[in-house]
Amino acid sequence: MLKVSNLDVYYGAIHAIKDVSLEVPDGEIVTLIGSNGAGKSTTLHTISGLIKPKNGSIVFEDTDITGMAAHKIVGMGLCQVPEGRHVFANMTVMENLELGAYLRSDKAGIAEDMDKIFQKFPRLLERKTQVAGTLSGGEQQMLAMGRALMSRPRLLLLDEPSMGLAPLLVKEIFNIIKEINESGTTVLLVEQNANMALSIADKAYVLETGRIALAGTAQELASSEAVRKAYLGG
Amino acid sequence: MDMGSLLHQFLQQLINGISLGSIYALIALGYTMIYGILKLINFAHGDIYMLGAYFGFVATTMLGFSFVPAIIFAMVGAAIAGIIIERIAYRPMRNAPRIAILITAIGVSFLLEYGMMLIATPQPRTFPAVFAADVYHFGPLVVNSQQIVILVSAIILMAILTYIVQYTKIGKAMRAVSFDTDAARLMGINIDRVISATFALGSALAAAGGVLVGIYYNSIDPLMGMVPGIKAFVAAVLGGIGIIPGAMVGGIILGVVEAMVSGFISSTFRDAAAFGILIIILLYKPAGIFGKNVREKV
Repeated sequence: MLKVSNLDVYYGAIHAIKDVSLEVPDGEIVTLIGSNGAGKSTTLHTISGLIKPKNGSIVFEDTDITGMAAHKIVGMGLCQVPEGRHVFANMTVMENLELGAYLRSDKAGIAEDMDKIFQKFPRLLERKTQVAGTLSGGEQQMLAMGRALMSRPRLLLLDEPSMGLAPLLVKEIFNIIKEINESGTTVLLVEQNANMALSIADKAYVLETGRIALAGTAQELASSEAVRKAYLGG
Repeated sequence: MDMGSLLHQFLQQLINGISLGSIYALIALGYTMIYGILKLINFAHGDIYMLGAYFGFVATTMLGFSFVPAIIFAMVGAAIAGIIIERIAYRPMRNAPRIAILITAIGVSFLLEYGMMLIATPQPRTFPAVFAADVYHFGPLVVNSQQIVILVSAIILMAILTYIVQYTKIGKAMRAVSFDTDAARLMGINIDRVISATFALGSALAAAGGVLVGIYYNSIDPLMGMVPGIKAFVAAVLGGIGIIPGAMVGGIILGVVEAMVSGFISSTFRDAAAFGILIIILLYKPAGIFGKNVREKV
């Protein structure tokens, strides 16, 4: 579904992403793990079109989207939930969800999807007229995910969904990611919490200082000595 | 002065101030909206207001339009001009340092001022009276029909703007872009289109202000935008730059303060009062009346 080949990304003179290639097959959960500053978010931002790569190509469902404008990529069915949620804190929960459906004009479908999201996240329903800035971290994460789902993505990019959340909430969020995937959305998950990520993923890549250091099935990586030492706490 | 005439003078200046202030508010809205989206102080904005006055002049004298079609004509003309200016002058500078864009804005301002002199000559033009200037007496207070038209037009336009920003799709997109540009792009919002729409709306409001001033003072000239442009900027800062209700309130307050200073002290101190407000605001509440302390993102 998504094929990234030989990607090179620079921030000014800094070579942030070096020759990264990865593949996300249709219907799977693929995770990209690695420590802080390894280049995980940069990879996602490049796929989403927020940053232009120097070299390499990004192909989504047989279309070359390398260097395409971010809003066009969303229109093709690829949506990102950014790190740190980035909800529109000055707008209500409803307005945030409506903005998720910005490119759609099927009113009935939008209303239907909004109902589905409120079913998935009942806490958002309780707060639907509340301004997003007043929500807790977990609720904001749910809102950011719900907002992305409003665009009916076929591929969902999730950047650190567990960041700053209590362990119980992390579990809840990961269960929801599994549900989203089971209902037909392919997921590319970036996580520092390698344990959780590997527990739900099919395939995994380890990113180290801008390079893919390891790749394999999630099971393989979870049992790999190197990964356990570096990312799973022994 | 006894208490009665003091009160009378106060109320009279309040009326004058509110009508003058609602024009500042119309111009300030454009400053604040463009700042909200691009973080750019568009110093050419006062000249868009001048351009609007000339469009209104053309509509009433050459095309024979009455008031409402003339103001709509001016607003549409200025909106198109605003879109073109953004497209040609500001968009190529999108990723340039802030100071470079600021200097570009000053350049655009000069281009409009002296370009208009080239086209229309520097001579002031007499703006035709588009409706009868009736004077109404409420006891000792005097209100003329122009003041009523200015206030009513400004209120209608601000109500329309509020509706657009709060309830329409493009309005929500504007708020989203202004709050978090990258997150807005990840929603599929075309930033360029939102910026164009913002310039169009802001320019149209300034043009309406230009036509209303033309009607009020009967005279327009190519440099008429300089001082009101700066005053409207003060109004936007006073209300809190980037905040739409702030621009409305800031404009009215500035107009009232100027009218009071003119009425009670001397009209030569009027401009000093406006800039005095700017200094006080920058010293004691730089975020403006409606501004919140900005939290830095970690």
